[in-house]
Amino acid sequence: MKKSRRSFLKAAGVSALGIGVAPAIQAVASSGSTPAAHATKTKHPEALTAERWGMVIDTSKITDEIAENIVHACRKAHNVPDLNHVPDEERYPNTRPVNHDQELKWIWEEHFESAFPDKEDEFLAERFKELPFLVTCNHCKNAPCVQACPTQATFKREDGIVLMDFHRCIGCRFCMAACPFGARSFNFRDPRPFIDEINPDFPTRSKGVVEKCNLCSERLAKGLQPACAEVSEGAIVVGDLEDPNSEVRALLSEKYSIRRKQELGTEPSVYYIM
Amino acid sequence: MSKNAIIAGLAAFVIAALFPIWFNFGGTDAAPEPELSAKAKAAGKCVLDKYDMRANHMSLLDEWRDGVVRDADRKYDAANGKQFQMSLSTGEDSCLGCHEDKEKFCDKCHTYASVDPYCWECHTTPKEINQ
Repeated sequence: MKKSRRSFLKAAGVSALGIGVAPAIQAVASSGSTPAAHATKTKHPEALTAERWGMVIDTSKITDEIAENIVHACRKAHNVPDLNHVPDEERYPNTRPVNHDQELKWIWEEHFESAFPDKEDEFLAERFKELPFLVTCNHCKNAPCVQACPTQATFKREDGIVLMDFHRCIGCRFCMAACPFGARSFNFRDPRPFIDEINPDFPTRSKGVVEKCNLCSERLAKGLQPACAEVSEGAIVVGDLEDPNSEVRALLSEKYSIRRKQELGTEPSVYYIM
Repeated sequence: MSKNAIIAGLAAFVIAALFPIWFNFGGTDAAPEPELSAKAKAAGKCVLDKYDMRANHMSLLDEWRDGVVRDADRKYDAANGKQFQMSLSTGEDSCLGCHEDKEKFCDKCHTYASVDPYCWECHTTPKEINQ
């Protein structure tokens, strides 16, 4: 069969047109049918939400016993290791001895002059010298740790919680240098042998990862109050700082409160009622 | 004649180069089948279908992790209509809630494929806690 150049070009043109048009026709044809179901990710309906989470600690309500309970509840809820815990020989044989100067803490007790070094005074009311002040991550509005983190492992969530993605932490500790409150701890070693009883509801950390308070975001997601607030007998209230009708705002408008190292401009979200 | 020497050398080279193939020929074990727990069998459906899950579970876990940590989304309505708790190791509707035995499920293939994910450095399994 002999083909002229003319008929060959015609055939080529038609097939090129066909190839070009086919996807468009397919798209039109498939748009009429029902779209495939898509998976969705949502919050649990009972989850507690806020525009900006904050914490109010009533210092007059905190006794040594309550403070101890709070610290213990937090440690337990998040598998925070205690390096003074003696590791189980059978499960963790050959664990190296511990440097007891190291600590891992999410919320802990501090004296007034350490918690508020700028407000220390020779003639400070006697009772403040003895009171246990609970300090933790302040979930600052302008968090310096978030700016320091090179991997975005530490980030500010939309609801104001300064959170860590432990998976992404590379252990550079820039955040620890940036945090003016010492609220972050580093796992110099595998923390598991130093956890008394592992809580299955929260992962542990691994060696080389920084950790800190997460304002119990895993509990808020289930509609539960943070562990510290729950056992505080009313001394710690967690709520929405941007909601004028919230309990925290009512407390703050009623009583005199201070924040830690306010002059640094990080805008802490943890308030202390004096 | 160098011809014989060359052919013998070539044959030796081909045999040596194909060593991984003939060495494993017929001698390898079949790929292991992950063992489904009774609970997983009863549930019937996973998040995606079997083959999709086999190929893409790591991407799904990655997506879940970002969803939970960054956006606080913890409930997953799968395309097949089932609901899941977006968690590897906590709660009833998490991965481990259904695939209860990590050794028989995860490790079987991971060990075979020489994959060593670091999930379990932090995430705990019920077995490990109760031992």
